[in-house]
Amino acid sequence: MTMMSLCRLTALELAGKLCAGEVTQREAVEAASARIAATQGTLNTFITPDGPAFPAADLSASPLAGVPMAYKDNISTRGVKTTCASKILGDFQPPYDATAVERLSAAGAVSMGKLNMDEFAMGSTSETSWYGSVRNPWDTGRAAGGSSGGAAAAVAAGQVWYAIASDTGGSIRQPAAHCGVTGMKPTYGAVSRYGLIAYASSLDQLGPIARSAADCAAVLDVMMGGDPRDGTSLDIPAGKLLASLSGDLRGRRVGIPADCFGDGLDGEVSRAVLAAAEVLKGRGAQVETFALPAVRYAVPAYYIIACAEASSNLSRFDGVKYGWRAEGYGDLNDLYCATRTGGFGREVKRRILLGTFVLSAGYYDAYYKKALQVKAVIKRAFDEAFEKYDLLLTPVTPATAPRLGESLSDPLKMYLGDVYTVSVNLAGLPAASMPCGFDAQGLPIGAQLIGPALGEQAVLDGAHAFQLDTDYHRRMPEVTL
Amino acid sequence: MIWETVIGLETHVELATKTKIFCACTTAFGGDPNTHCCPVCTGMPGTLPVLNGKVVEFAARAGLALGCEITRYCRFDRKNYFYPDLPKAYQVSQLYLPIARNGAVPIPGGRTIRIHELHMEEDAGKLVHDPWRDQTRADYNRCGVPLIEIVTEPDFRTGNEVIAYLEKLRSTLQYLGVSDCKMQEGSLRCDVNLSVRPAGSVGLGTRTEMKNLSSFKAISRAIVYEARRQIELIEEGGRVVQETRRWDENKDATYAMRSKENAQDYRYFPDPDIPPLELPQSYLERLRAEQPEMAWEKAERYQRDYALSAYDTEMITAQKALADFFEAAVALGTDPKQCANWIMGEVLRALSERGMEPGDMALTPGTLSRLIALVQGGRLNRNTAVKVFDAVFDQNGDVDAYVKEHGLEQISDPGAVATAVEKAFGANPKSILDYKAGKEKAFGFLVGQVMRELHGRADPKAVNEAVRAGLDRC
Repeated sequence: MTMMSLCRLTALELAGKLCAGEVTQREAVEAASARIAATQGTLNTFITPDGPAFPAADLSASPLAGVPMAYKDNISTRGVKTTCASKILGDFQPPYDATAVERLSAAGAVSMGKLNMDEFAMGSTSETSWYGSVRNPWDTGRAAGGSSGGAAAAVAAGQVWYAIASDTGGSIRQPAAHCGVTGMKPTYGAVSRYGLIAYASSLDQLGPIARSAADCAAVLDVMMGGDPRDGTSLDIPAGKLLASLSGDLRGRRVGIPADCFGDGLDGEVSRAVLAAAEVLKGRGAQVETFALPAVRYAVPAYYIIACAEASSNLSRFDGVKYGWRAEGYGDLNDLYCATRTGGFGREVKRRILLGTFVLSAGYYDAYYKKALQVKAVIKRAFDEAFEKYDLLLTPVTPATAPRLGESLSDPLKMYLGDVYTVSVNLAGLPAASMPCGFDAQGLPIGAQLIGPALGEQAVLDGAHAFQLDTDYHRRMPEVTL
Repeated sequence: MIWETVIGLETHVELATKTKIFCACTTAFGGDPNTHCCPVCTGMPGTLPVLNGKVVEFAARAGLALGCEITRYCRFDRKNYFYPDLPKAYQVSQLYLPIARNGAVPIPGGRTIRIHELHMEEDAGKLVHDPWRDQTRADYNRCGVPLIEIVTEPDFRTGNEVIAYLEKLRSTLQYLGVSDCKMQEGSLRCDVNLSVRPAGSVGLGTRTEMKNLSSFKAISRAIVYEARRQIELIEEGGRVVQETRRWDENKDATYAMRSKENAQDYRYFPDPDIPPLELPQSYLERLRAEQPEMAWEKAERYQRDYALSAYDTEMITAQKALADFFEAAVALGTDPKQCANWIMGEVLRALSERGMEPGDMALTPGTLSRLIALVQGGRLNRNTAVKVFDAVFDQNGDVDAYVKEHGLEQISDPGAVATAVEKAFGANPKSILDYKAGKEKAFGFLVGQVMRELHGRADPKAVNEAVRAGLDRC
């Protein structure tokens, strides 16, 4: 096979060829390296490329053993720079691996390095990175989405076969939608957060971005399961998602929240997502529309909670123990101010200030406490919906990928773009983003499938069924070099 | 005007768990800087806390013993502030739902001190300032050592009440085994909130908070000083400022550290990394059932069962290690009264001579029991026994071996005593005449001579009788 045709395979297809001896591990890594070398300059997907010269994974370790992949740069990798795309962690090398990294390494994952992202995962376009913007492989004048833009673009462009990313308010699903790949955010607590550098601890969750729902299932089988190092991880056994994957949706009830198809949704996106519902019907699902008004309050509640937690989580980056420290400071307070002023980018500072404000004496009840109440209302609304439905189908984004630079000037508009994804994090639910079409400009459109807590199988079954009858997820962009 | 002092205490106690509150690092005191820490307790990015169940258990035990209500559904909160000894820039503590509330501690004298709350939190590290190099260094060994903070209502009126409460608190926590409460190692630290008001008034005056109180003595003196300072200030037309003041032990005075008027906003919020705790009723019932006998309960029992004096029982139970020693010796069959006498006399003397704590003593209850048995069995006289005690105390030596090796066993053979009497009489005819002339002193001299003849090993009572009988015959 040519290198480029290797790059078009799914992770499971490549793993099959590795096992059959049709392709060597070294050829797979060289194909990835060559693709990265050819497209990195254009796409800026990697912060730290770090592929092995002599890959030697145990091919029997898991169904994905030996397949080259990469990690978002907020996931701790022992001895490998983990920057969160920030100047303040520019030289930080963790002395430990994240639990997910440990598990994937043991399963034979071959890391090609660390992927670009929005600084500290704060952003929806991967333009807030200290290391420059990620570009969308479908149109390099456009953003790849965020915050896991590097991960989605790398998988879309054929640089790696899958990537591990984090999702706090849509950071896996939204860039996956903008780049035409499949992404999955599991149930809160299903994957250990140990080693994920926190943005908003109560919402952060690790998950895969890949070229198919089946690939996502295979990755999640390795990552999921309780971890004694994360008190918020759920005591569940490692999954059997791939083995149980089924494209038969007979008897499955799919709800379409009418509130997700109102004002602000692009017509082409709306039509593509509703067309996806027809495909699911064709696989035996019963589809109906229902009302889910609670999601209207999700965006403000999300930004209050996420920023509040972020303001505390990011306090440790103070120039005292590790990372970048400003020079020429006077006293201790000056050291803190100069380091944090110079070390963080605009969007991160905006969110730290917002979070500090909503936790301040006199504002806590009006903002933070209120937001927690909204979170509880949203969770209840989803619980009620899942009494009637096995899956919910919504858009991932109101529109396809924006032009570079368009969003940064209007942060409020950028925040509102998260309307379909953030409620899922507030409710702690599993959800996948799957390619469901292209707009007139040839940009990918994503559809979101949401499941009940620990309903990963139902979500992946839905996406897998859809992908059995469509080929949007297999299309690859011609990257303009 | 007559003034009344109003005092409330905030006491931090390090819990005696083997490992830290959120990681597996040791809590051992000391150690080279930054050798008792890991990525979790130094707040490295991406690491997460995992709550040590022992900390919850110890805090709940303390809460129950202090008469508190236990919060069945409790939670940790983050207290956010920047300081180099706090690597995460927030301290995990409990603000909204502390583990225990509304307790009551009766103190000697009949008053009861109300406990406002007891909460769990993590300790911070230590900063070491090096003035020679103009550097500050951070030692994170203490980071994440579990603490409970016990906050009283402003129920104290005198320094004596404060000390009585602290002694009771220390004894309670030591008896529970949840803390060693060593002030010199910082495992018990106390901040004193103090205000004054005209006697008989109801409202509270403006308070100050005193820190750096490293001994009970320092606490007593600081209370006296600060009350007088506030009273003088007010009487001179001044106003007490709400502030934190530092006690300077060398100067016997408090100094303002920082004003509370521009207090920091700690932006407390529930820690999302630590799931809320639910303490089942059955768990609390088990802890309640396992609560050990406390010092004052032991003291009452000793008075009742062993007819010991109130003073003796208080001394023996003041430190758990001593009470344990006493009970172990009694369990070996030693007469409780004799045992108490030896502890009150020789054991406490030996400890104080060496500046030691009962817990650090090598002497075992078995050794003291054996010594007492030898005295009671007439094989050692009391004075010799004290010499043996001193000889075996430091190394817990073998009493029987020592007695044998040094030939100290009591001479109870009447023939040996009679021979010694004859010898003493023969050598001191003048003393016999003096005695006959009514000089009682001569009797004592002759007894002493006989004892010397017998190397002090005879039963003094037997010698007395033999000398008296001999003189009567002369």
